[in-house]
Parts: sequence; C-alpha cells; structure tokens
Amino acid sequence: MILETREIGKSFGSVLALRGVSMRVEPGSVTCVLGDNGAGKSTLIKILSGVHRHDSGEYLLDGVPTVLDSPRQALDLGIATVFQDLAMIPLMSVWRNFFLGSEPRRSLGRFDVAAARRIAREELRAMGIDIRDVDQPVGTLSGGERQSVAIARAVYLGAKILILDEPTSALGVKQAGVVLRYIVRARQRGLGVVFITHNPHHAYPVGDRFLLLNRGVSLGEYAKEEIALQELTTLMAGGAELEQLEHELRSQ
Amino acid sequence: MAWRGGFAVTVAAPADERLARAGVLRRLLIRPELGAVVGALVVFAFFATQSPVFRSVDGVANWLDPAATLGIMAVAVALLMIGGEFDLSAGVLTGTSGLVLVTLATRYGLNVWLAMAAGLVVALAVGLVNGLVVTRTRLPSFIVTLGTFLMLQGVNLGVTKALTGTVQVSGLARADGYEVARAIFGGTIVIGGTPFRVAILWWIGLTVLATWVLMRTRAGNWIFAVGGNDQAARAVGVPAARVKIGLFMTTAVAAWLVGSMMALRYTSVQANIGIGQEFIYIIAAVIGGCLLTGGYGSAIGAAIGAVIFGMADKGIVFLGWDADWFKFFLGAMLLLATLANRLVRRYAEQVRH
Ligand SMILES: Nc1ncnc2c1ncn2[C@@H]1O[C@H](COP(=O)(O)OP(=O)(O)OP(=O)(O)O)[C@@H](O)[C@H]1O
Ligand SMILES: [Mg+2]
Repeated sequence: MILETREIGKSFGSVLALRGVSMRVEPGSVTCVLGDNGAGKSTLIKILSGVHRHDSGEYLLDGVPTVLDSPRQALDLGIATVFQDLAMIPLMSVWRNFFLGSEPRRSLGRFDVAAARRIAREELRAMGIDIRDVDQPVGTLSGGERQSVAIARAVYLGAKILILDEPTSALGVKQAGVVLRYIVRARQRGLGVVFITHNPHHAYPVGDRFLLLNRGVSLGEYAKEEIALQELTTLMAGGAELEQLEHELRSQ
Repeated sequence: MAWRGGFAVTVAAPADERLARAGVLRRLLIRPELGAVVGALVVFAFFATQSPVFRSVDGVANWLDPAATLGIMAVAVALLMIGGEFDLSAGVLTGTSGLVLVTLATRYGLNVWLAMAAGLVVALAVGLVNGLVVTRTRLPSFIVTLGTFLMLQGVNLGVTKALTGTVQVSGLARADGYEVARAIFGGTIVIGGTPFRVAILWWIGLTVLATWVLMRTRAGNWIFAVGGNDQAARAVGVPAARVKIGLFMTTAVAAWLVGSMMALRYTSVQANIGIGQEFIYIIAAVIGGCLLTGGYGSAIGAAIGAVIFGMADKGIVFLGWDADWFKFFLGAMLLLATLANRLVRRYAEQVRH
C-alpha cells in the first residue's frame, strides 16, 4: 500500500499546527519525519493514523483520497501506529497487550488465551525480541523492550504501514539501537514505515526518505541520495540559527 | 535486563528454562486477590475460635447471606473499577429498582414479573445515562454518579411520599406471581438439612461468570485495557466508550437484581434503602485487590472482600458486641487491605526478573 499526503494541513482553533505538508510512504521503505519540538510531527502522524481529521489538502491511500474517522478504521486498512506514550498498558501482561484490540477468538466471544500466549511468544522470538516471560506485566519491561513489543505486534497483526512516534527518544544508545534494528526488520518484511524522531543520527542509518518539518511547514522531502547527515542536521536545527549559536558560544 | 546483547545479536534462548526461574511465590503474590484471601482467613479464624455458632453450618449459612447480596454488587462494582470508573449511584439504585417493583405490583396491579421487567428497564436507563455522561463529557465518574446518586435519592423519597404518604411501599406478597419470583430470587434452599439463601447461589454464579469474562473473553481484555489506559486502548482500536457504558449498565443490572431480591424477601421497600451502601461495595472491591486508579483487580477478590464483611457483620453479633464496632472494623480492613495491595503491586512492578 502506498500512503501519500498532498499539501495536507490542520489547525486547532487559531493554532496552525500543520500547513501544506506533502509526503509519501512506500512498501519496504522507511520515511523519516524530522523536526524540533512543536514542529507538528505528532499532529501529522495523528492525521495519518485517524486520530485527527485533516482540514486541508488530500490524504491518499493507493491513490484514492481518504478520510479516516477513527484509529480503528486506520487499523482495519492496515495502518498501525505506535504512539510514544500510548504504546502499551503497563499493568497488563505482554501477551494481553500483544493482542489488545485484535484478540484471537473462539466461539461465544471467548479469547483464545492459549493461542495468544503461544503466538506472542513465537512472534517475539521471530523478531529476535528477548522477553523471558510473556505473562509479566508490560510495566516491568524497559522502554526499549516495550517499543519492540509494540512493533512486533503491529507487524504480526498484518500492518502494511507502520507509524512510530519518537520510538527512540526516551532510550539510551543501546536500547535505541535495538529499536532501530526492528525498524529495519519491519522494512525487510515489506512494510512501509513512518519513523518520527528529532534525532538525525537515529533517522539517517535507517531512513530512505526524509521529511523535514519546522513550525508546521515542510522544509522539503529528500531521498537519502540527495542529502548527507550533516546537511540533515543543519537543516533540522534551522541552519543559520545553529551557526549563530555556535558563534555566540565561541565568543563567550 | 534482557538486552545484554545491545547492538549485537540478541540470543533467543529457550523460553521454558527461563520461565522456571520466575518463581512460584512471586506468581502467587502478584495475584490481586491475595490480600483478601489472607484477610478472610484471619477474620474467620478470629470469630471461629471465639464463637462455636459462627463456625457451625447454620452460622456459615447465616453470614454467607449478607456476603452474597453485598458480593453481587461488589463483583459488578469491581468490574467497573477495573474499567477505571466509579458508581456512587449503585447503592441507591437498588432502592429505586425495588421501589419500582413494589409500587407497580401493589398500586398498579402489575404482575410481579412485569414489574420486575419495568424495574430492569429503569435500572438499565440509569446505567446508560451514567455511562453516556461519563464517556461523552469525560467528567470524573465520581462526580457524575454523585449527581445521579443525589437525584435518585430525591426521586425515591419524593415519589414514595407522594404516592403513599409514607416512606415505604409494602404489600408485595399479595401480587400475582409473587410466590415463584420469591422462590427464585428471595427464597432459601436446603442443603444437607441447613437452609441457605438462594442469593448465595446467584452470588457464586455471577462471580464465576464475571471471572470468566475478565480472564477468558475479549471483553475482559478490553475492561483491563480501558481502566489501565483508555487512550492507549482506543489507539489500538478498543471501543472504550462502549466498554465503559456496558460496565455502568452491568452495575445497574446488579443493583436491580439485589433490589428485587430484597423487595421479594421483605415484601416491602423503604424509600431510603441502599444509601451509604455504594461505599461498602467499593471497599469490598478494594479489599479484593481493585486499584482505585483502575486497570487492575479481580472479581473473585471482590467476592472474598464481601465474605469478610459478611463474617464481620454477623460475627460481631454472635460475640454479643455492639454493632457499632462494625464500622471500626470496616475502616481497619480497608486501610490494611489497601496497604497490603500497594506493597504487593510495587513488588510485582519493580522486580524485573
Ligand atoms: N490538540 C491540540 N490543540 C491545540 N494545539 C495543539 C494540539 N495538538 C498540537 N497542538 C499544537 O500544534 C503544534 C504542533 O504540535 P505537535 O505535537 O504536532 O508537535 P511535535 O512536532 O510532535 O513536537 P514534539 O517533538 O514536542 O513531540 C504545537 O504548537 C502544539 O501546541
Ligand atoms: Mg510529538
């Protein structure tokens, strides 16, 4: 499935959170959305995942203009989102979280608990995720493990587009590395991945395309060949401002 | 920590071998009902050693009765609390349901079954309104149901006074269909020569049903999820509003059942019945391991919490103590159980194995 936005925009009352942003997500590729705090990254992915409705521009799925009414509808279309703080329910076990909202069912609305446990364990192992006990509460996992489980979950449940909101921002170097590996693995499985981050060092190694946002407007969408890490970093920080800062710091 | 490998290859060792190390004791400790089980054993031992009547079969039948009627409510309230909401109108709604039943059957000549059906419709409507207001406005359910609690309290008294000139309606025994309905909802059955209230069977049956729903159905998974974090649940496609409205309506049905049982048993209903009970339901659920913040708890725990109350309620009488001590006991149990549950949960959350 190809996801595309054309000149998409969204305002909250008088706040223009997003204006004229165009992007494209293809199967088996990673599109990174980069931008500073308040740039509109979360707003953009909330539109993509059906939480907010865009109020200008077009949202296209396989070329067909679409308006999503709910996260459920997005999920049914194969667009799965791992929200930064809303990835999992801490007091529930790993396997219950793994199937939340998509429980394998038998007759009478029974939740096939045995199958859920087994599949969760197998799937996590297949993604190379090292969880000892699928019965442990998700709250006892580390941040990176939690993100990894959420990614494995989306992959297993048949997502075609996987959207990740700052999955690495709260993590240490090693843990971030683990999550980046799962992003690559999801791409290898043919998913289109949208990876939101404000860290170009996380984005550059895994990204195929880069969308830069600043104060709700797009600074452009670049393919990896078109842009180097250094340029990406400079663009993100608002080029001139960074130079200014460097200058100020040096003169002190 | 599991990520010893970091960037390097993470080894997927066989899960079984590591599972064995998880510890049976810890598994038991993180069960939410543990505190209630220990509490029930202690309370039973306390009264049983001092009162032979208390530990006799007749005594057990005697204290299981208040445990049962309270337990039916506590189990429903526990589900609601696991789902992250409160219902302060649940107690007074037992009164409303009973009043509707007795009033329609005695003053408007309705058959008992029709009058019960009308009571059910009223209860469901109250549950639906509670649920809709809470989910639509996102106001705390504590406030919303405090509002319905006060409104129902006023209606119960106002309508009863207007119709009868007194604060009670009575005479249900003369209504059509009374005998059968009473046998099913308010009667006794003899087991091994001892009469037990049928309420006890209802209570056990509903506890088993609630536990099954929680642990083995999709709805159960959703209840834990909306209570644990309803935005996260919504984000993965759980219909959070529908789940919560369903839980409010379930509580209302339990209130209707208990209200009808009481009306059929005593053939009359006081207009102020059920007021103050709402907190006892919540306390039983909390003793049973429910968190006030939602997302955690158990139906069996709440049922056991109700047993503790039943034992204390009757045990104090058997010992010839003043019934006022019941309130003291209630407060002490609540504090102890909450502390115990908090310790257990901290342990469960913090120990990473
Ligand atoms: N529901 C809302 N109501 C009003 N304003 C909002 C709402 N959501 C976002 N905004 C505003 O829109 C702008 C973009 O916010 P957004 O959350 O998309 O930024 P972000 O790029 O995700 O930032 P961060 O890196 O801090 O997560 C901000 O100025 C924010 O205050
Ligand atoms: Mg954000």
